[in-house]
Amino acid sequence: VEQVKLLDRFSTSNKSLTGTLYLTATHLLFIDSHQKETWILHHHIASVEKLALTTSGCPLVIQCKNFRTVHFIVPRERDCHDIYNSLLQLSKQAKYGDLYAFSYNPKQNDSERLQGWQLIDLLSDANRDYKKMLVPEGYKPIIVGSSKFRSKGRFPVLSYYHQDKEAAICRCSQPLSGFSARCLEDEHLLQAISKANPVNRYMYVMDTRPKLNAMANRAAGKGYENEDNYSNIRFQFVGIENIHVMRSSLQKLLEVNGTKGLSVNDFYSGLESSGWLRHIKAVMDAAIFLAKAITVENASVLVHCSDGWDRTSQVCSLGSLLLDSYYRTIKGFMVLIEKDWISFGHKFSERCGHLDGDPKEVSPVFTQFLECVWHLTEQFPQAFEFSEAFLLQIHEHIHSCQFGNFLGNCQKEREELKLKEKTYSLWPFLLEDQKKYLNPLYSSKSHRFTVLEPNTISFNFKFWRNMYHQFDRTLHPRQSVFNMIMNMNEQNKQLEKDIKDLESKIKQRKNKQTDGILTKELLHSVHPESPTLKTSLCFKEQTLLPVNDALRTIEGSSLADNRYSEYAEEFSKSEPAVVSLEYGVARMTC
Amino acid sequence: MEFAELIKTPRVDNVVLHRPFYPAVEGTLCLTGHHLILSSRQDNTEELWLLHSNIDAIDKRFVGSLGTIIIKCKDFRIIQLDIPGMEECLNIASSIEALSTLDSITLMYPFFYRPMFEVIEDGWHSFLPEQEFELYSSATSEWRLSYVNKEFAVCPSYPPIVTVPKSIDDEALRKVATFRHGGRFPVLSYYHKKNGMVIMRSGQPLTGTNGRRCKEDEKLINATLRAGKRGYIIDTRSLNVAQQARAKGGGFEQEAHYPQWRRIHKSIERYHILQESLIKLVEACNDQTHNMDRWLSKLEASNWLTHIKEILTAACLAAQCIDREGASILIHGTEGTDSTLQVTSLAQIILEPRSRTIRGFEALVEREWLQAGHPFQQRCAQSAYCNTKQKWEAPVFLLFLDCVWQILRQFPCSFEFNENFLIMLFEHAYASQFGTFLGNNESERCKLKLQQKTMSLWSWVNQPGELSKFTNPLFEANNLVIWPSVAPQSLPLWEGIFLRWNRSSKYLDEAYEEMVNIIEYNKELQAKVNILRRQLAELETEDGMQESP
Repeated sequence: VEQVKLLDRFSTSNKSLTGTLYLTATHLLFIDSHQKETWILHHHIASVEKLALTTSGCPLVIQCKNFRTVHFIVPRERDCHDIYNSLLQLSKQAKYGDLYAFSYNPKQNDSERLQGWQLIDLLSDANRDYKKMLVPEGYKPIIVGSSKFRSKGRFPVLSYYHQDKEAAICRCSQPLSGFSARCLEDEHLLQAISKANPVNRYMYVMDTRPKLNAMANRAAGKGYENEDNYSNIRFQFVGIENIHVMRSSLQKLLEVNGTKGLSVNDFYSGLESSGWLRHIKAVMDAAIFLAKAITVENASVLVHCSDGWDRTSQVCSLGSLLLDSYYRTIKGFMVLIEKDWISFGHKFSERCGHLDGDPKEVSPVFTQFLECVWHLTEQFPQAFEFSEAFLLQIHEHIHSCQFGNFLGNCQKEREELKLKEKTYSLWPFLLEDQKKYLNPLYSSKSHRFTVLEPNTISFNFKFWRNMYHQFDRTLHPRQSVFNMIMNMNEQNKQLEKDIKDLESKIKQRKNKQTDGILTKELLHSVHPESPTLKTSLCFKEQTLLPVNDALRTIEGSSLADNRYSEYAEEFSKSEPAVVSLEYGVARMTC
Repeated sequence: MEFAELIKTPRVDNVVLHRPFYPAVEGTLCLTGHHLILSSRQDNTEELWLLHSNIDAIDKRFVGSLGTIIIKCKDFRIIQLDIPGMEECLNIASSIEALSTLDSITLMYPFFYRPMFEVIEDGWHSFLPEQEFELYSSATSEWRLSYVNKEFAVCPSYPPIVTVPKSIDDEALRKVATFRHGGRFPVLSYYHKKNGMVIMRSGQPLTGTNGRRCKEDEKLINATLRAGKRGYIIDTRSLNVAQQARAKGGGFEQEAHYPQWRRIHKSIERYHILQESLIKLVEACNDQTHNMDRWLSKLEASNWLTHIKEILTAACLAAQCIDREGASILIHGTEGTDSTLQVTSLAQIILEPRSRTIRGFEALVEREWLQAGHPFQQRCAQSAYCNTKQKWEAPVFLLFLDCVWQILRQFPCSFEFNENFLIMLFEHAYASQFGTFLGNNESERCKLKLQQKTMSLWSWVNQPGELSKFTNPLFEANNLVIWPSVAPQSLPLWEGIFLRWNRSSKYLDEAYEEMVNIIEYNKELQAKVNILRRQLAELETEDGMQESP
């Protein structure tokens, strides 16, 4: 479709880019008059909305799961309707086989693909960390018994073992205790877990739900552990809300920050009423409680929520991240996601809405986890090997369905889908591009960061602009310190190499000279000039490695940029009746 | 008056000091005329040296005979002293109270301070109006320096030398002064070399209810317009407020009398509203027990960031008129000493690369704040902890610094100075050993003989050793106009000021150091590569010479 206009989401001036809209099998593509391309993967589309017809055409608003919002104006209503319908169909696939991952071909052969999948091998990682078995040995009948007593059969298993403290993080689902039921096998299993810890007699059982929710579950025959029935457990609620609360919280947040001409007060009251940062803080506080139980009290901890795949995954993975610096490396972070999210059955496909399914199962649980990690990187800028870009990229791909990792809802489903044969793994692609995701300030050698102790005072939690406004260029700082430092780091490596080269050349040259003098004196013959050295003469004129110009340009200063028009709109709005500014405004925004 | 009269108990032993980020320390408390000193008498322990003028408020508490004094500083820090003995505690408290609220400026510390460094360049003469004028006199001949205010008779809050249109004589200026609030006739604030457009500032016109006009005033500001061009008047009050001002003899420029000018009202808050905003914000930041909802609603209720957005938006608008519209502007509010200066100075930060350098920024503060007559003495007399409701205090300058910080954050490589430079200016504006920020205007400073009797802040700051602390390692001169985003998502709280004493910045500081290391290392490597290349080239030419004969 030609002559389509793309509106700036926050500009009030109706300034737009005109271009052509294309629909491909996998992407929506917009090419504007400057030949700039905007690609949107169909799987990223969360909602498409057709607004009331205007004089300039039919507006089409597309909201994406990666928080991009685009606003097109299609000149003809018919076209708009067609696009609308196609997008609706393309963005909601009914079965896994239609997802991009099954058709995506990055030109790798089968063995490379297989290698990619084997890159992150949990068992070898497990061997690195865990000297003991994943569950206490010799307890098979007990496990069977316990699994019958736990919701969805998710009996307690090891998630992380802290070697120095000999304490474990275990995870499971809620017990089917109802008001009075108990299960001896389950009690035995918990005792075995606490016995596996030689230092501390008691263990913590963390129920990550609010107490009220857990109590309500008792009426349905589920519930929580009764301290009296288990020997030496300390039971603790930590109050993270459920997936439905989280979903609507994010929705509110996005509504607020998508408002045009947002005032500071509306922004903060919206941020407050969305409750988003409160939820993030709750998750973080739970992880800190977990880490402290292990580092301070040497106690093992069993974590569960209702089914043990949302809040439990958040808390266990964040806890591991706080405790173990390995998970703060690029590779380690992949392992962490494989371990606590993918293999323990976080329902990625349902939570991310990969397929056209129950919208009530969609929830930003994993996004919250990434946000918690981001907050940690903000508080500890040197503790992580990766940067914000890495988190954003992972977030992009949990929704993209381009790779097989996040398809399906559990390991069993993934095996049935034969993902390893039919799709590619994301991790090798991220590792290949690892340079892009490195944190230039990372200090790997320092041992100060073995255990992170973040401060969760409210003011330490900030709105994650680079996530929720990832694609709203006008809101971002115009120069990136981060890019500059990263570039400089790269440049330093190159310079180090240059110095070595030059030094060896000088040495060579000096040797030759002394040789030359000797030979001249002795033989009066001319030393032949080596061709390689002649070429090196041109070094003299060459200026130093230029710092990448692109990094130094300031986007906001180009004439094409429309940021400056923001200010003018406001005054024209505030007192339009009094000062006739039409003349001024028209010229200011053109 | 002798300070000794005020110091009832000069020394108390076994006082315990609690302060942010340090373990409590026991020592001897001494009071001098200007300082509160705590010494632990151990060589390696940092002692507390606190200027009395930095004290904003104190609270006393008693548990048995143990007294506690809580000292709240103007830089928002809170210190606690546990003093054994009720009488000593009461004495110390009342002495501190008296010493921190001295009436006479001449008793303030700057008049007693003797610098421990050698003055290389006297800051009092670093930024003379004549020098500033030279900077643009090469580009334009339409302006002149006027000495009409030499005796401060025409306008008490203006400096003796001001820049005005060449075609307007001093006699006309005197007439215009009678038509503008506080005698603040329109003067040049900034000349945009790129297109010759200017920012002028003044006080409000005294039109009153009967619409008084002044031909000379109209002539003056019209003299700055090119033929057929329009200008903009930015009034930093809402239209309502401006209309109300007429009842008190003030007012605004009527369209009929200023047909070549378009008036824009951009409301920026003043005085006690700003002061209350600061008090609320600091209170919110200091309470660590707030849960998330409470914190966010307190932050919102303080309105601080709303003020930041208002000021920045007005400044961007001014810059836009100049750079994008090619129109000159006149900016004023009521007096023209507060919001007017915020807007004129921030517009220059946006437009003028020089004002983003250290020297240039100092010149800007000197020109647009000190000489322009921002009443520092009144505005900075009290800070966030004051409980007496006085009319004159307002964090106008702090808001300006916050806005600069916001732009700095969005353009981290375009400023020669770093955040510490802005924090340092904030501290010295409220309490200082230097005379720079004393007095309300040049006239008062002249009477106080500050140049002779006190040391200038710039003399100290501009020493190479001090400068290095304030230099931004990322700085790369950027000659462009920089347009900041004013969306609320882009305007965070200035943690370096408001959370400074509430959260440890250890890890952030270390990361900053690491960044500096990388940059330093880069410079080192570049230098080394240069040397080696030269060496190699020399060797090669030598070789060539040996070979050629």
